[in-house]
This record gives sequence, C-alpha cells and structure tokens, in this order.
Amino acid sequence: MDELCTGLCRLMVDSGADAGLAQFMSLLVGVLLVSGVPLLTVILLIWIERKVAARIQDRIGPNRVGPIGLMQTFADLLKLLGKEDITPTSADRWLYNAAPLVSFASVVLIWAVVPFTPFHYGVDLEIGALFFVAVASFGTLAIMVAGWASNNKYALLGAFRVVSLLVSYEVPLVFALLVPVLLAGSMSLLDIVNAQTGMWFVVLSPLAFVIFYVSSQAETGRAPFDLIEAESELVAGFNIEYSGMKFGMFFAAEFLHVFTNGILMALLFFGGWLGPLYYESPLIAFGWLGLKGGLIYLTTLWLRNTVPRLRIDQIMAFNWKFLVPLSIANLILISAALKALQEIGWAPRDFVGAGIGDLIPTTIIMLLINGAMAIYLLGFLRKRGQEARRESLTARAALAQAAAE
Amino acid sequence: MELNAITIGFVVFSIFTLGGGFGVVTTRNLFQGTIWLMVSLFGVAGYFVLLSAPFLAAVQILVYIGAIAILITFAVMLTRSVTRIKSRYVRLVPSFIGSLALFLVLLLGITVPIFGGQLPEAAPETVATTRDLGAALVDENGYVVPFMLASVLLTAAMIGSIFIARDENA
Repeated sequence: MDELCTGLCRLMVDSGADAGLAQFMSLLVGVLLVSGVPLLTVILLIWIERKVAARIQDRIGPNRVGPIGLMQTFADLLKLLGKEDITPTSADRWLYNAAPLVSFASVVLIWAVVPFTPFHYGVDLEIGALFFVAVASFGTLAIMVAGWASNNKYALLGAFRVVSLLVSYEVPLVFALLVPVLLAGSMSLLDIVNAQTGMWFVVLSPLAFVIFYVSSQAETGRAPFDLIEAESELVAGFNIEYSGMKFGMFFAAEFLHVFTNGILMALLFFGGWLGPLYYESPLIAFGWLGLKGGLIYLTTLWLRNTVPRLRIDQIMAFNWKFLVPLSIANLILISAALKALQEIGWAPRDFVGAGIGDLIPTTIIMLLINGAMAIYLLGFLRKRGQEARRESLTARAALAQAAAE
Repeated sequence: MELNAITIGFVVFSIFTLGGGFGVVTTRNLFQGTIWLMVSLFGVAGYFVLLSAPFLAAVQILVYIGAIAILITFAVMLTRSVTRIKSRYVRLVPSFIGSLALFLVLLLGITVPIFGGQLPEAAPETVATTRDLGAALVDENGYVVPFMLASVLLTAAMIGSIFIARDENA
C-alpha cells in the first residue's frame, strides 16, 4: 500500500481518511486529470490551428471573440451544443450515436500512456508503444461504424476509402515505431525516452522518423492525405449525417490526434523531456516535451496548409509500393547494423545510461546507413518522376496529333 | 469467491465475451453481428489483462479488432441484404445438442483430468514479461519451430492470395 499511496493519497491518509478510499480518490483524480487535460487542450488547439491556417493563407483568422479571438472556440462549442441533435430516421440508432464516442475515446486513451515528465504519467505500461497502436485501431473502427450507421451512400463511400487508407498506413507506422523500440530495447515510452539520454533517436534513424511522420499525417487524415474530409468530392465524407456536438466530437478527435502525434514523435524520436536542466524541476521537463511536441505539431499544420490533396490511387500506390518496402528495409538494416555493432563492441548493449561518447561510433555508422538509403531513394524517385513526365508528354503529343488530324 | 477488482473485472469481461457471442448469433443484421463479434473479442482481451499478459491483450485488440474484424466488415458489405436476413435457421434442436455436447466435453476436459491431463497447477508467482515471451519464441528449447512454421504458413497464404487476386491480363 505504501508505494502505491504517495502524493495526494498520502496527504489524505495523513489527514485521517480511510486508506482504501484515499487510494481510490487519488486514482480517480489522476484519471480525470489525464483525460481532462486533453479535452481542454483541444479547445486551445482549434484556435491555434485556425490562426496558423489563416496566416498561411494570408488571412487574419478568428479575432472578434475575446482577445485575439481566443474565445472563438468556446463560442463555437456553445453553438454546437445548442444545435438540434439529429439522428436520421433510417440510421442505426445505437451505432450511429456510439461512433463519435469511440472516435474520441480512441485518441484520449493514448494519453493514458504518455509520460509528461519522468515522474508524471498516467501509467507506465510495459507495452506502451503497442498500446498506442492498438488503441488507434479503435479510431478506424469508429469511422467504419459511423459511415455505415448513417445509412447514407456518401458517408459509406467516404468511410470505405478512409478505412482502406488508415489500415494501409498503419503498416509503415508500426514498422517505423519498431525502430525506437528496437534501439531502446523496450516498448515502454518511459524507457524509450530514458534510452535517449546519449543521443536522440532521430539522429540515429532519421528515415524511421520521416516514415513515422508521413504515416501519422495519413493516420490523422491531414493533407495531402485528407480523404477523410474531402469536401469537394464526397460532400464531407463519413461524417456527413452528423450534426451538433456529435460532429464536434469527430472534429475534436481529429485535432487532438494531430497534437497527440506531435507529442508521441517528440517522445519516440526527440528525447521527450530531455533537455538542459530537465532534472531540476518537473516543470522544465514538461516544458521541453511541450516545446518539442508543439514544434512538430506546427510543422504538420504547415504541411497541411501547403500541399494539395492526392488521389486515392496515388495514396495507395505511394504506401504499398514505396513506404512499406522502405520501412521494412529500414527496420532490417537498422536491426542488423545495431546487432553487428553490439557484437564488435562499438555500440552499448543498453542505451539507458549510455553517454554521448559511447554512442559516437553508433551514430556515425547509423547516419551513414541512413544517408546511403536516402541517396538511393532520391535517385529512385527522380527516375520515377522522369518516367511519369515522359509518359504524360507523349500522351499529350499523341492527343495533339489526333486533334490536328 | 471474494469480491475484489479482479473478480469484478472477470464478471464484466465475461458479460462482454458471452453477451457479444450471443449478439453475433441472434442479430438479424450482419453488420451489427460483426460489431457484436468485436465486443466479444474485446472481452477476451480483457481476460488477457486479468491474466497479466498485457502483450497478448494489445495484440488481441490490434489483430482481431483492428485488422480481422475490419476486414470482416468489408466482406459483409460486399454481400447482399446486409440488414434484413429473412431466412431462418431451422435445425435448432440438433445444433443445441451439438453445442451442448461440445461445451460439456470442454468443461470436463478442463476440470476433470480424464484425458490424461494434469491436476490444475497453481499460477506461477512470477509474471512473464514481454521480453520472456520474445525470448521463448526464438529459443531452440522454446517455440522456435511452431513460430517458424506459422510464419511459413502465413507467407504461403499471402503469396496464394496475391496469386489468386492477380489480374490475368496484367
């Protein structure tokens, strides 16, 4: 009981509360905090997203409600809550109403394993990284259910192609996720961060980070993979029949998912809370994590507002013919190189506690491997691009000739 | 049976598993049937958590709900009359007897050591970690042969499906 009962719980026991009750209460507070913080964060995130999008598109963005438009999201929230709660007559009532909940829960559940500082986390699961992937699959399920239960053919078509996209991009995502797990020798997010004291994993394996970045962009359904919300093609997609707060929950889930991915990438590849003076105070550690996660989050917004949407066949071809083989090759090369380096004693057996000096040979060799792969890939892409250009030119020439005749 | 968190969890996950299974066989709607199947599989994942096997629980969710059940929903949507199945299954008595017999055989096989089984052992004190599981899979005294056989089988199935699905003209 003693090691389970610290902090708030200890305080309650000392002031005369029942030990069991105190433990339950402190756990409850913890659960409420872990699930409540993301809920509040998302309100701020929507404002940030709208402001950034507006600046990129040379607009001002929300600026009327509150100082610099900060209260705009609250106004929107009230508006969404006040809307009529419609369930289409021919919809499958239970599944239709459950889908937004499952969608949002799938994102909030990820926060259960996210460590904010070395000492503040919901739960340190031995299988943290796997938990994240497993929970994310509920999001896919929610979209499928939403599309079907709405009983609308646009919703169903939208759900179909989104689910095929999500299921496909889960493959490179998991393969890229395996690289930090492999380097740290653990699936616990806490261990993964601790293994990066010597060197961030993004330096050891930049390609894995790029693969993870691209596929998580696809997983959240952001441009150039924004088939989830193709307004111009399928009216809106899987959520067309949803109104009011149910629609709002799908959106909140999406916004939160993007930020969650930013934090996850910071934890997996950028050393999480590691930074100057992080051990001085949990607040500094948390600040480092927030800073890194926030910067990655901003780049995803930047990307979203810069690139156009790809066609579904292009997205699928890119995934299955490029990203998946690349992620498999990357994983095999990294694991082989790591094992070889450990055998000849150039790399430490255990990355936890390894200083920067121990990791210099590993870093150099890993960077060389990644660089060689990147050069090969760029050449490959260049060739493919040239071929595609030549084909389109000959097709255009043939068309022009036919028109002339 | 003493009332603690594990007992409550067991009851809840049993309700999930059995209720989901019941839903699968009683619903007239194929899509809802797959959702019930997922509920049932989720309950099984809960059992794994109770048995201190978090890795298996996560894999259960990831593989069964995230991949297989999603594929089943795809397959269901390609069938005709997803929602209103008119035909009824009529051989209720034989199927009742058959399933009851199967249940009894399983129950006896587990509880009574008549098939040369051992007496139920006490659960080991140490909890097997994911690391132990991984080591057992590649250990020559462990499960390396079944593991390799399963990999070969899966690869063969994958190649077979690609071969069948391939366009003849391409």
